[in-house]
Amino acid sequence: MDWLFLTETIISGLMAGVMYSLVALGFVLIFKASGIFNFAQGVMALFAALALYDFLAPEGWFNQLFGFTLPVPIAIVATAGVMVILAWLIERLVLRYLINQEGIILFMATIGLAYVLEGTGDLLFGSDVKPLDIGIPQGAWDYLLDTHGLYIEKLEIFAAITAAILVTVLAIFFQKTRIGRALRAVADDHQAALSVGISLRAIWVIVWAVAGFVALVAGIMWGSKSGVQFSLSLIALKALPVLILGGFTSVPGAIVGGLIIGVGEKLAEIYVGPMVGGAIENWFAYMLALAFLLFRPQGLFGEKIIERV
Amino acid sequence: MLYRETGQFKTSYQADQAIFPIAQDRWFIFGIIAIAVFVVPFLIDDYGANAVLLPFLVYAMAAIGLNILTGYCGQLSLGTGGFMAVGAYSTYKLFTAFPDLNLIVIVILSGLITAAVGVLFGLPSLRIKGFYLAVATLASQFFLVWMFNKFGWFYNYNMTGMINMPASTMFGLQLTGPGAHPAVRYLFCLGFVLVFALVAKNIVRGRLGREWMAIRDMDIAAEIIGIRPLYAKLSAFAVSSFYVGMAGALYFGIWLSSAEPVEAFDINQSFLVLFMIIIGGLGSIMGSFLGAAFIVLMPLVLKNFMVDGLDIAVVTAKHVEIITMGMLIIFFLIVEPHGLARLWTIAKEKLRLWPFPH
Repeated sequence: MDWLFLTETIISGLMAGVMYSLVALGFVLIFKASGIFNFAQGVMALFAALALYDFLAPEGWFNQLFGFTLPVPIAIVATAGVMVILAWLIERLVLRYLINQEGIILFMATIGLAYVLEGTGDLLFGSDVKPLDIGIPQGAWDYLLDTHGLYIEKLEIFAAITAAILVTVLAIFFQKTRIGRALRAVADDHQAALSVGISLRAIWVIVWAVAGFVALVAGIMWGSKSGVQFSLSLIALKALPVLILGGFTSVPGAIVGGLIIGVGEKLAEIYVGPMVGGAIENWFAYMLALAFLLFRPQGLFGEKIIERV
Repeated sequence: MLYRETGQFKTSYQADQAIFPIAQDRWFIFGIIAIAVFVVPFLIDDYGANAVLLPFLVYAMAAIGLNILTGYCGQLSLGTGGFMAVGAYSTYKLFTAFPDLNLIVIVILSGLITAAVGVLFGLPSLRIKGFYLAVATLASQFFLVWMFNKFGWFYNYNMTGMINMPASTMFGLQLTGPGAHPAVRYLFCLGFVLVFALVAKNIVRGRLGREWMAIRDMDIAAEIIGIRPLYAKLSAFAVSSFYVGMAGALYFGIWLSSAEPVEAFDINQSFLVLFMIIIGGLGSIMGSFLGAAFIVLMPLVLKNFMVDGLDIAVVTAKHVEIITMGMLIIFFLIVEPHGLARLWTIAKEKLRLWPFPH
């Protein structure tokens, strides 16, 4: 057995897993704080990437309107602003009227939202593939390639570091700040949170804005990797098995789930794929997650489902 | 004034249990069926059949199937497209293997095969619940489509990878393949939908349907009062897949006549059918029809309005159509989360009191 090849496969699997985790993270945040299974998360990532591209590109609306393009850091901040506005709009126009509805209704509403965002994105920015370059290093990491012969993308390492920072920041935000505590209270019990004076609406805007910010990070990473295009929104489908594997309500679950799925997928592609004729990446992750679920129905790190009459 | 049940006395338990206890409802439904059977076939043309009526019937069938699983038994499924593919490929394989078999038998057999597959993929539902199950059913969607695309046996190893419905006749009339008269195809689908809608309505009113609803409302409580979850959930998956499989058979055999797995049965099909039952009304057979009609007609109306009425370019119109579709879905969910079927009931309640509402 070729150990070097195996190591390379596992490492690249881990890196791909981080990319999935970034998307799954957004799902978890919203599910935790409002019980909404937000199908639009993938499209939000696409939308964020499109908006960011627009601020940077010479042919974008921004340049046409104001005659200049923004430097990268300011463009990222501006896009984050766009996502906050989007979160506010979503709360104002959709969620506010759907309080106390069943989960499936909210889920369908987010599918509707995904359609709206997708159509708006296409309409405003066009549906061609756009290269997103914000100066993230590309190509193989030369040091590892020279010394050990390992081929690892710099972009993926960058993504992993970003994800680590993001999760740390989120953890601090959730555990240490006032808003974070309010968020956890809302996640725990809507009514009790309301009764101690936490504004549910404000919390929802904040959560969706944070999820939008996570979507922006995911959009940047995926956009730098494969260009900003419609298929970006399909990464939501990649993130779903990660989500059920890790548990809908667990931030560490999203990370660990992503890593397991990433590695499992890469290994399966190489060792199982040839046996059944390849192209198994569409469903393998789901089967893997399903196998885990049969033993732990709430996912690896999900809250234990307590049922009583 | 016209719509009153006063004076309609029920003298038997049978009359008490009728699907439409009010005479006016009965006449209304009989009238619609009569128009559908005796008038529409003479007016139908190819465009009307392919763009409106066949899609409506096929999707109504699929929506009834999904409604049984999601609306009545509470098991959210996103694998409808995959199960439709099973129905379609069963029809293709059966038809090419036994060309002499009657198409009615083939469609029902396809439904039964799909039911078996549905039970297999329903097994995780015994352990996994809610959104976890919804995501798990996506596994069946992706796996089935991949399987039909990958293994040549399913499409008889032809070069294109597509399946094509050969021509066939029934009672001396050409039913499938190019050149079939739209009225014949329409009546074939209509017959299936009417018969099986009636069957579905009676299943959900009976013991099985009540078990499903008990499981939906609270599965633990249902288990305690003596409903076997294994039996109830798997029967829901079986019956639901049976309907979805027949819908897939009609979808491929009668409506499209040729299909390619990745496009014809992709995940958007699953979402489309899910939209239908949500907009139509969860847990309502009537709602399945209303939802199917709405989702089939709305894009047509929008497109005609924008492209012909406002002269918007087709590509732009497509984007606007998607946006409008999304907004309408959200709008409907906000205004009436119980769907069109609920509006239908409210309208009837109002009509009974009209013109003296107090």
